Amino acid sequence: MRYIPITEDERREMLTSLGLEKIDDLFQDIPQEAIFQGELDVPGPLSEAELIRHFRELAAKNQDATKLVSFLGAGVYDHLTPSIIKHIIGRGEFLTAYTPYQPEITQGVLQSIFEYQTMICELTAMDAANASMYDGASALAEACLMACAATRRELVILPATLHPEWQEVVRLYLENQDVAMVYLPQDPQTGTVDLSRLDEVPWAEAACVVVQQPNFFGLLEPVAELEKRVHENGGLLVMAVDPISLSLLKPPGELNADIVVGDGQSLGQAMGFGGPAFGFFATTDKLIRRMPGRVVGETVDAEGKRAFVLTLQTREQHIRREKATSNICSNQALNALAATIYLSVLGKQGFRDVGYQCLQKTHYLKQRLLEIPGLKAAFSAPSFREFALRGAVDWAEINRRLLDHGFLGGLPLARFGQPELALFSVTEARTKAEMDAFVSTLRGLIS
Amino acid sequence: MTVRANVPLIFERSTPGRRGYRLPELDVPETPLEELIPQEYLRSEPPQLPEVSEPEVVRHYTQLSRLNHGVDVGFYPLGSCTMKYNPRVHEDLVSLPGLSAIHPYQPEETVQGALELIYNLGEHLAAIAGLAKTSLQPAAGAHGELSGLMVIKAYHNHRGEGHRNEMIVPDSAHGTNPASCAMVGYKVVEVPSDERGGVDVEALRKLVGPNTAGLMLTNPNTLGLFDENICEIAEIVHAAGGLLYYDGANANAILGIVRPGDTGFDVVHFNLHKTFSTPHGGGGPGAGPIVVSKELAPFLPGPVVEKEGDRFRLVMPEHSIGRVRSFYGNFLVYAKAYAYILSHGPEGLREVSETAVLNANYMMNKLKDVFELPYDRICMHEFVLSGSGLKKHGVRTLDLAKRLSDYGYHAPTVYFPLIVDEAIMIEPTETEAKSTLDQFIEVMRQIAKEAEEQPEMLTSAPHNTPVKRVDEARAARHPVLRWRKA
Amino acid sequence: MSEKLLYTKEHEWVLVKGSVVRVGISDYAQNELGDIVFVDLPSVGDVVEEGEGFAVLESVKAVSDVYAPVSGRIVAVNEALEDSPELINESPLDKGWIAEIELDDAAQVGDLMNEQEYAEYLKGV
Repeated sequence: MRYIPITEDERREMLTSLGLEKIDDLFQDIPQEAIFQGELDVPGPLSEAELIRHFRELAAKNQDATKLVSFLGAGVYDHLTPSIIKHIIGRGEFLTAYTPYQPEITQGVLQSIFEYQTMICELTAMDAANASMYDGASALAEACLMACAATRRELVILPATLHPEWQEVVRLYLENQDVAMVYLPQDPQTGTVDLSRLDEVPWAEAACVVVQQPNFFGLLEPVAELEKRVHENGGLLVMAVDPISLSLLKPPGELNADIVVGDGQSLGQAMGFGGPAFGFFATTDKLIRRMPGRVVGETVDAEGKRAFVLTLQTREQHIRREKATSNICSNQALNALAATIYLSVLGKQGFRDVGYQCLQKTHYLKQRLLEIPGLKAAFSAPSFREFALRGAVDWAEINRRLLDHGFLGGLPLARFGQPELALFSVTEARTKAEMDAFVSTLRGLIS
Repeated sequence: MTVRANVPLIFERSTPGRRGYRLPELDVPETPLEELIPQEYLRSEPPQLPEVSEPEVVRHYTQLSRLNHGVDVGFYPLGSCTMKYNPRVHEDLVSLPGLSAIHPYQPEETVQGALELIYNLGEHLAAIAGLAKTSLQPAAGAHGELSGLMVIKAYHNHRGEGHRNEMIVPDSAHGTNPASCAMVGYKVVEVPSDERGGVDVEALRKLVGPNTAGLMLTNPNTLGLFDENICEIAEIVHAAGGLLYYDGANANAILGIVRPGDTGFDVVHFNLHKTFSTPHGGGGPGAGPIVVSKELAPFLPGPVVEKEGDRFRLVMPEHSIGRVRSFYGNFLVYAKAYAYILSHGPEGLREVSETAVLNANYMMNKLKDVFELPYDRICMHEFVLSGSGLKKHGVRTLDLAKRLSDYGYHAPTVYFPLIVDEAIMIEPTETEAKSTLDQFIEVMRQIAKEAEEQPEMLTSAPHNTPVKRVDEARAARHPVLRWRKA
Repeated sequence: MSEKLLYTKEHEWVLVKGSVVRVGISDYAQNELGDIVFVDLPSVGDVVEEGEGFAVLESVKAVSDVYAPVSGRIVAVNEALEDSPELINESPLDKGWIAEIELDDAAQVGDLMNEQEYAEYLKGV
């Protein structure tokens, strides 16, 4: 085997040193009836060349965004990714390290996480962030559980405008701990939470209210009203935010959010069929000790030199076991590093440019598509990088035909129970020419 | 690894007006910002990100990388973490745009290759586990535990046995086991270990009952020992109506040798970033797929991939617990595990475990005369020594761990499992040469001698690392979790 | 009113001042726990039962409950520990006190060890 350096001779020598004759003798503690007698039903071995061929064949059966012009979003976006990211995260010292348990020889990972935590705090205007979570949806579920623990309440208010898959993940986590959920309905006109129906939910019992900003449909939610209600009643404000939108939008900290989460895919990560990216998680100083996940802190070494180390570890499973704030252990550190590099190289101005271009291009495409007879804006609230259109057409069928022209059309929302709607996303990666061609193709298909 | 100068923070390298990456010029007509987004939604100050050039960013993170130990840098015998070599070709494979640049909501007909990969990998993991069906959604080992326990709970509920709320966990278990139980609302019932390091079968008999939901077991366990009574344990738990959960953290010992499903396990999670060599990236991303029996398959988190003729489809299992995260899990991570399995084939996988076990026993045998070995029997892929003998020199296991850094090694896992005093858990893996094992053995013996003759070499270690011993108490007492401009 | 210092088998000390006792951990206990980094204090007014955990001490890598040596009501907590948990290491018997409990029943303290008995007890630990 090409990754096993031990030679046949060494194998014999090592067995002899153990007083054993054959490899099977190493497994003498395993009861005979437990030993697997056959050969595993897996293919291989493949040489490196055969492996590459097989993967190329699989990849060729997919149509990817380097060949198609994509307007798909809904949680995963086709942003520009600076080339240096892959080169840096490909360095073996980062790629092949475990969690930085021995700080003296893992300052590289530790410092990069400290920088990451700082950047997340800057984006969100929160006091502290952890070292990352699996994704935005699971981070939101953990945020709800944390709000329950902090308030000793067992009810969570969720907006109907939250990403439907995130709703499912949150439901699963909360149900397993017998936490009740109530929904704030959507205003059919604006597309955001229906402020006229706020009295329908039991605020006084709520551990938190969740707001997704922008919401699943790309629309900006009236956070201030919800913040007022929840804080008046002793609950927490949990915000799920799109990090790119924070280049322009008022940060959650200024809106008095208590916990902020989000998915970091748009920060320099591959789309990768939905993973891996990472979830971010930030909170206030007051709630730090209830936060799940790993955290890096600054300290000094024996000579007084600045150093970084995993800290506040008593919150975690390896110490507190069943009383831990969460069971999370491995996180998505390398993806968080990619985001740190992304935010560094984009920098203060570049990051703003990304958000600004997304907004302008989204607006442009929306206006152009609205010129097509039969298509209407689904909602009236202002939007950021995504918008839903309404049309009495078979969006799935339209998308199949768009593929022939090299386009990945907007997401048909039939899968989420809204057959007339499709959700379009535009990033800075789209050009005017691509959008114009898309509009004219779609026009042709609809009329 | 003896860079002694501080690397500044990226923020400290910032110079106003400097830029690192330029977007193409905006090519659509601009609308004033306030017309698109009402003023009250806009932020007044941009986030204070660093202002640095591309060369500075590259140099900064390259410098940071040089402060870090990885498998590529040197031996990393971190017990329970299976720090084996990560084949570089895997990075090339998952960079193919056909895999890396696809969107999870693309029409199924445009992602048949990705679905085929998911389907194949699920089948292969099921074959290795000796079970029926896989879900690749869980993002890490602990996430797999959580998902597996949710499946067990859903199964009991479905059968009208929702009162079963006790999960039995050995005292030697990883902390994630009890923590995952708490996440699904299960009460943790701890079963002690017997004098051979396995589950105390008689104690287990007394603990099972009508409320038993199941037992979580790592086998080989965290002492690196195979539980000889596994078949009897399975019988006891099943007879009480409970299910068996296999924590696959230590699966590197059993590939092709034991299939957990054959020994009575109903749910298995694999840590693909351990056993199947996907790089751990300084803490993640990992992947923690679960494989379950036929009876539990309808409850798996979804969607999963089914094959219909020569077409692959995403479907939700009949009684699926739902989604444990967005989309289909860490696709670009588990694609590397798929490559790993194909590279090895059935014989290669068996050779992986044989060699991992051989290497561990070889090292254990050569270290047990200098360090106490609490359970002196053949080990599997890892073994646990005790550093308690060092105490008489005023030295602790922690000091030994720090001293190892001076010799260019990452320390073993220390102070775990909790049932061994001053534990030192060593896992060499199969990808190390005999010469590396011999050198490490020599260094361990050397350090034991130092402990006797010049203990301060250990208690003040490390000496030639990028930073000296780090003050962890200070970090925890007065948490500084972010940089602020002075 | 005379004060007397008593110890529990859980390595806590109890300073009896009439109907109020002040509670902390022994020098032996602080040494075993290592650097204390965080103290989760009870609130004044909390009612505690003998044997029940009423405060939590965290070191870098361990969490320990402090068990109430007597039943009663918390009448004071050492707020200095919130910012300076290291006081428990530096001055376990004095500045590192944790809380004061007003006794339900003055008879309860009789079961505890005096300094000499505790010193004997430590030899057997």
